[in-house]
Amino acid sequence: MATIEQSMKVREKPEHVRNTEEGRPVTMLEAIREALWEEMERDDSVFVIGEDIGVYGGAFKMTDGFLDHFGPKRIVDTPISEAGFTGAAAGAAHMGMRPVVEMQFMDFVSCAYEPLTNYIATSRWRGSGPLPIVIRGPVGGGVRGGPFHSQNPEMAFFHTPGLKIVYPSTAADAKGLLKAAIRDDDPVLFFEHKKLYRAPFLRETLPADDFVVPLGKARLDREGSDITIVTYGMMVHESRKAAEQLENEDGINVEILDLRTLLPLDEAAIIESVKKTNRVLVVHEDTRTGGIAGEISMRINEKAFEWLDAPILRVTSLDSPVPYSPPLEDYFLPQVSDIVAACRYLANY
Amino acid sequence: MAATTDTADAASQTSLTRDQLHEIYYYLQLTRQLENLLTTLYRQNKVIGGLYRSLGQEATAVASAYALQRRTDATGDVVAPAIRDMGGLLVMGARPVDFLRQYMAKGDSPTWGREQNVHFTDYDRGFIGLISHLGVMIEVMAGVALTFKLRGEPRVALAWSGDGMTSTGAFHEGFNLAAVQRAPLIVIVENNGYAYSTPVSRQTAAGSFVERAAGYGAFGEQCDGNDVFAVHDMVSRAAARARNGEGASLLEVITYRRKGHAEHDAQAYVPAGEIEAWEAKDPVVRYERTLLEQGHATQEELDAIAARVATEIETAREEAEASPMPEPETALAEVTGGTFVPQPWTRGGAPDPRRA
Repeated sequence: MATIEQSMKVREKPEHVRNTEEGRPVTMLEAIREALWEEMERDDSVFVIGEDIGVYGGAFKMTDGFLDHFGPKRIVDTPISEAGFTGAAAGAAHMGMRPVVEMQFMDFVSCAYEPLTNYIATSRWRGSGPLPIVIRGPVGGGVRGGPFHSQNPEMAFFHTPGLKIVYPSTAADAKGLLKAAIRDDDPVLFFEHKKLYRAPFLRETLPADDFVVPLGKARLDREGSDITIVTYGMMVHESRKAAEQLENEDGINVEILDLRTLLPLDEAAIIESVKKTNRVLVVHEDTRTGGIAGEISMRINEKAFEWLDAPILRVTSLDSPVPYSPPLEDYFLPQVSDIVAACRYLANY
Repeated sequence: MAATTDTADAASQTSLTRDQLHEIYYYLQLTRQLENLLTTLYRQNKVIGGLYRSLGQEATAVASAYALQRRTDATGDVVAPAIRDMGGLLVMGARPVDFLRQYMAKGDSPTWGREQNVHFTDYDRGFIGLISHLGVMIEVMAGVALTFKLRGEPRVALAWSGDGMTSTGAFHEGFNLAAVQRAPLIVIVENNGYAYSTPVSRQTAAGSFVERAAGYGAFGEQCDGNDVFAVHDMVSRAAARARNGEGASLLEVITYRRKGHAEHDAQAYVPAGEIEAWEAKDPVVRYERTLLEQGHATQEELDAIAARVATEIETAREEAEASPMPEPETALAEVTGGTFVPQPWTRGGAPDPRRA
């Protein structure tokens, strides 16, 4: 790798990736940027490939300043070709690299469905060995982005054996999980909710050491005894608002399980919580039919049917493309009031 | 930038040594005899699934792979075959028994019976197994070539493509990415007349594929794919350019697929007389004749090579036939790093202990 070192125009680490180092709190976006930077510094085989990530610094400025420091051999700008550069990431991973693919918006991952599901997901199983690739990018609605910049495409890949899927809800998790994803030997889809990127309430001071959050482990976001909400991403925060309202207005004590990783799914944590509360609500921002809530409900049905005191419910987006106009998008997206209503139904069942 | 090689005197000007010329003949014989054996096994119902032959176009894969840096320590050039490029993989160092086990779905095949024919990987010898979705390998090999460029390694990535593959979006995205990056990628379009039953005239309105090179800003060259010398020279030039930092090449070889898409295909769509016309241009016969006429080999030497190949293939057949079928419960292992959803009430057990 000497050639990469030599070609790098090594400059001082810019201010905007030194927040944690200097004890300042970070947003989720800054946490992800720090994780990327630190992994690229730690391991020469890590490089980023995607559209507009060089001089421009990425559509969300995730790689702002990276080109100056790491050079064009590690920040590879591409033509508009999600299938092309996702497939190319597989070739690079075959040759010992650890590519991080930036999808400008995760909506565009549909263009790379073929190399991801047919080639990348089957590669290890076909005997071609580990394929360490991270495909990361912004997902989710609520920012009035219209139908093609607001989707949650996790279910299209949840059904594909051979992939891992991560969907963090906090700055700390985003940093720790992205580091774990980059170090993982399997292909990982890493979903970042764009409404959480710069959310001030997520700003937190992270541990200064090199911390990693293991893939496949759910996080108990809120302890409770009456109802379990199984959720992830943006909906962790909407569920928390609902839980506070239910506590104050109804005296209902809600437990929130943040899945963090959708594949592999932490089935044990779900079952453990269900056995404690006996009532379950699954909440996700992705649309309803064929959504992950269906799989989670079925796992509970198989493993903890005897512990249920009420039917499993789900709160999800409606079965529609994501609308643009605020009244339409708000109607489409799961609201705190929906979660509150579902929990009240469960509590009274 | 497209150029067409005049092949009339390619043989007499060759830089290949007598030993190398004999070695190429060995690989041509190996490809043809191994495919003949596979046809026999297919008729005996020992091949599971389809059989895809390269009869009449063996020279392309063999001669182009022979032009590369072939090593067995993961430092040489890397190729990705299309379905009819077994000959190229043999040149890279794949063993006949590997293909026999793959086709017969044996448990000790390179993919443990999960995949078939030439769909397997050997990083040490420098080849990556394809999948059936056409064009993906051009994207993957663009990434292999990009890596060589990023690391400053003087290595080349070569992908073979049929004429049908050129019509996919993946082919364009992969080749364009490599061209933009000036990555050392060589794509050889084997224009062999048909993609399954679709003739080239229905595949492209352009009549040839080499003209597309200019559209990518890549180097393009076309030659007679049944001429070992012409193919070897053309690929040698492209590899030298790639190693020299001059970027991607789109090469086209004109050849012909004398068998159907697979053994089950009766080729009813082929006009009468066409196959016979190409049989007269058989690349192996033509190569033999050239070697003899130009004094590069004697008939006895060629016969000895063919006999050696026959013996080696018979040994490989015995090994492969003795191989076991895979244990059913190994089907789920290695999906990801040993994790999969267990199905305790039905099938599935512990992951395969033979973890890669």
